[in-house]
Amino acid sequence: MRIGTLKESYLADAALFDSRTQKAWLLVLAAALVLFPFFAGSYWLYLACLVAINVASASGLNILTGYTGLVSLGQAAFMGLGAYTVAVLEQRLGTPFLLNLLAGGVVAMLGGLVVGIPSLRVKGLYLAIVTIAASFIAHFLFANFQLTGGTAGLAVPPAEFFGVLLDTSFKLYWVIVPVTVLMLVGSANLFRTRIGRAFIAIRDRDISAEVLGIPLLRTKLLSFGLSSFYAGVAGGLWAYFFRVVTPESFPLSMSIFFLAAIIVGGMGTQLGAVLGAIFMTLVPEVLKLVVDVLPGGASLTVFLSPVRTIVFGLLIIGFLVFEPQGLAEVWRRIRRFFHLWPFRT
Amino acid sequence: MDWLTLFEIGLTGLASGGLYALAALAFVMVYKATRVVNLAIGEMLMAGAYLFFTFAAMFALPLWLAIPAAVLAAGVLGGVIERTMIRPLLGEPPISVFMVTIGLGSVLVGLVEVIWSADQRRLPDFLPSDPIMVGEAFLAPKVFWGAVIAAVFIAAVLLVFRFWRGGVALRATAGDQAAAYSVGINVPRVFSLSWVVAAMIAAVSGIVVGSIGGISSAMGVFGLSVLVVVIVGGLDSVLGALVAGLLVGVIEALAGFYLGGEYKLLATFIVLVAVLMLRPYGLFGTHEIERL
Repeated sequence: MRIGTLKESYLADAALFDSRTQKAWLLVLAAALVLFPFFAGSYWLYLACLVAINVASASGLNILTGYTGLVSLGQAAFMGLGAYTVAVLEQRLGTPFLLNLLAGGVVAMLGGLVVGIPSLRVKGLYLAIVTIAASFIAHFLFANFQLTGGTAGLAVPPAEFFGVLLDTSFKLYWVIVPVTVLMLVGSANLFRTRIGRAFIAIRDRDISAEVLGIPLLRTKLLSFGLSSFYAGVAGGLWAYFFRVVTPESFPLSMSIFFLAAIIVGGMGTQLGAVLGAIFMTLVPEVLKLVVDVLPGGASLTVFLSPVRTIVFGLLIIGFLVFEPQGLAEVWRRIRRFFHLWPFRT
Repeated sequence: MDWLTLFEIGLTGLASGGLYALAALAFVMVYKATRVVNLAIGEMLMAGAYLFFTFAAMFALPLWLAIPAAVLAAGVLGGVIERTMIRPLLGEPPISVFMVTIGLGSVLVGLVEVIWSADQRRLPDFLPSDPIMVGEAFLAPKVFWGAVIAAVFIAAVLLVFRFWRGGVALRATAGDQAAAYSVGINVPRVFSLSWVVAAMIAAVSGIVVGSIGGISSAMGVFGLSVLVVVIVGGLDSVLGALVAGLLVGVIEALAGFYLGGEYKLLATFIVLVAVLMLRPYGLFGTHEIERL
């Protein structure tokens, strides 16, 4: 419980950011995000774009798994749906960039609604396996469908935005990051509305929620749809970023990555999805840097990929065993420490 | 439609289904006793196969020594896993435990790649290679003997758990934890036991699967089919695991033959979705009644 924060109106109580310090730091963060591309090298810009895409997708999964309590291992497949939609539209029709992204999201959302249909009858881990099945079926369709170019995949021409060709990380940064921020604000606000509250009620006890008058099927489907919309838009950004989409681009391990990201970050918190996605994207890169610095680095690079796999697994296990609330809880503890510093709360 | 080919394919499917059933048994044992969904089952199979590879090919132990050694080592591994990763999460929501086993799978794959490298390897041949004829139909010898081993082991496991004290304790715990406690069963020890036994069964099926198709760090994919098997059969049903194992084996074989190799997983997953839509708890699983 935080002390020293007195709320005098409901509006203040429901505000996303409630203290002046918080708003000040938010401004600092915004300034940092704007200035970052002018000072960072191309490698760091590349990483920043990747992180932003992963944050968008992870926050979508957080809506479904963290807030509605439906475990999904199909997030990568929904990203694939979005990415393929964008690729096909950009290649065949050349429709405007933002429209493509939106279409990618909508197609993924429709996919999510279809996959979500079993969710009324099938629960928990059975549902997780159904989403695995869905992602395999999606992979099969990508690989064997005329429109998606088979196993060779599709090449995506660079996007054009008001006459500017978005072909470098620097230019893409100005599109990817704002879209991600917009989506984050959207999902943060979602949980201040009736629908978002209904999601949380379903997570806590679905039968009780139904007794309270929440239509289960419709709300669960809505959650599936929203989450895969996020995945679809993230997948669309992914397609513009990597410029080639193949069936192998969205493996099951990617879905596991997103689930791991929200667990490491802290399920059911906005901050958790963001921190988790940043953390999990950067850890392999940090490992690479460490290997480069170590003496005899060249001989160690053989071990880089297996060590990454091990670290990935250990992170999941370690967080679940020692810090089940994830990075968001660590963050909250740090913040509480400074809140009334030097007094102990 | 050639009936002989169909018969041959069906037989091969049944035989490989036997292996699915054995691996599914390992899964169901853990689930029944501890309610843990072990997604690392494929990786545990792989670990068993690599342990056997170490003992048989690297230490050059004779077969009669290498197999028990590998199985015992896998049992120890199972015990360690239970103690360090599963025990601390007792009482946590199922999704946490389920994610821990995903993490475990990732760690096992990484370890195998660090120690033995990611290359595909062959296990020493120990299955007889004379062709097997069932009536007119031909059956690959390795697949046949694999199925025989699987059948023998399944029978042995079922018998042991029918009559051995530990097996009775395990079944009692699966039936009702509180009641098992109150009649003096050491429930935490039963949890460990179930993981040790499951790891051993997984190791046996890993050795057989590996000697049929070779071993590599990607062997964990076998676990996906096992997962389909247990879900179709019902997570907590031994009978379901056996029936669904054979069923999935046959379906995979038929789909692989008539449609092509890439349709194998697709076909099993479509069956999975269809079964779940009709029976949400699998073919033989217990329908859990929720109370508020």
